[in-house]
Amino acid sequence: MSAFSKEEYKRYSRHLIIPEFGLEGQRRLKESRVLVVGAGGLGSPLLQYLAAAGVGTIGIVDFDVVEDSNLQRQVLFGVNDVGKPKADAARERLLQLNPYIEIKTYRERISSENALEIIRDYDLVADGTDNFPTRYLINDACVLLDKPNVYASIFRFEGQLSVFNHVDEQGVRGPNYRDLFPEPPPPGLVPSCAEGGVIGVLPGILGSLQANEVIKILSGVGEPLSGRLFLFDAATFQTRTLKVRRDPDNPLNGENPTQTALIDYQQFCGIGNAEVEERAVKEIDVEGLKDLQTRGEGYQLIDVREPYEYEIAHLDGELIPLGAVTEAVAKIARDKQVIIHCRSGKRSAKAIRQLEDLYGFDNLYNLKGGILAYAEQINPALPVY
Amino acid sequence: MRKFTENNASFDSTGNTVQAALADLVGTYDLLGKQLLNEEGKLRSFLKVYVGDEDIKALDGVDTALKEDTVLSIIPAIAGG
Repeated sequence: MSAFSKEEYKRYSRHLIIPEFGLEGQRRLKESRVLVVGAGGLGSPLLQYLAAAGVGTIGIVDFDVVEDSNLQRQVLFGVNDVGKPKADAARERLLQLNPYIEIKTYRERISSENALEIIRDYDLVADGTDNFPTRYLINDACVLLDKPNVYASIFRFEGQLSVFNHVDEQGVRGPNYRDLFPEPPPPGLVPSCAEGGVIGVLPGILGSLQANEVIKILSGVGEPLSGRLFLFDAATFQTRTLKVRRDPDNPLNGENPTQTALIDYQQFCGIGNAEVEERAVKEIDVEGLKDLQTRGEGYQLIDVREPYEYEIAHLDGELIPLGAVTEAVAKIARDKQVIIHCRSGKRSAKAIRQLEDLYGFDNLYNLKGGILAYAEQINPALPVY
Repeated sequence: MRKFTENNASFDSTGNTVQAALADLVGTYDLLGKQLLNEEGKLRSFLKVYVGDEDIKALDGVDTALKEDTVLSIIPAIAGG
């Protein structure tokens, strides 16, 4: 049984004096091992509260490095951490917060190859990742290894929270992610935070709620959010708690389970196939555009981003947002080369496909890498976002 | 999803079943139809439809009856972190 030092009694005193939590709850936290996957927006508050609360061993999985654009919401990191691996920067910060715990780091991408190996050593997983393939991977690994999975996800102003694969005191197992969402959305339909944005405080709220669920499960205090889905809309302050039930068709642990191992989650989420299905369009690289600009030759440059993006940085193109491109067809030249660009090249490729399919254009070129590539290679003074 | 509903987050329908209310919604915002329903006209499985706090799968599916003041929610999966 874990013994506490004098310093630890002092540190955890506000937990110890809660009657239903007490020394026993604190001891359970100290003896627990929690794996946090993703040290990003959700991971930031989650890791800080778990460390501060005295969870004995915390594992952190993150392959990424800290970037400037993280600091708007990932309050675990500071300016000096930019460029450092997130897992290392997080560990350093958390040990300053609480030197009486162990932190293990995994500077790698969690995958079907390593997930079981990594998760096996932990009592519980908290999922703070940012994409569908990894969400399904973590869910499946937790079901296969019989570990509870505390789940939160966010987008723009909205957050979702639940506890999956939790076995209650009566031995009854709760639903998992596949009971809630049997299949992922088709690729491209639901944007990620990197594509669609997220209000900075939102992961702070959801990540804190996630930490609270982790602490409840580990300490045995309170009722975990198992079999329920909590929804939060930061824009309207609407909150809802909906029921989640086990699905007899769940391939992992429904009535006729068909899946007994991890699968290829990129393929399951339709990623990889999508790029093959999408027809390639003609391209021009940023050097090519620079040449045209220098020679001043007849060409038209169209920017299919949104007005608020144009305001941040632009290349003097004509602004026709993607959603309006087919209505603005009369503005697009047919007698010269037309270069279409967006931020990274995805939306402009979509615009070109639409214009070619619907209006038979054959003079449209996608600016490879978009304004981001232009800023990187041609004009470093342009702000990137 | 709201980019297909002129940014509206809610919609009033007089439909007396989930099916009728969804048809009403899709009839109003036709671009939304492709997002909500698959080629066979069935709800896509990354969406959950709730009547009150209950999943329609645990009720009568799309035939679940609605009263005048019932709140029907369409919840998409999101993955950001």
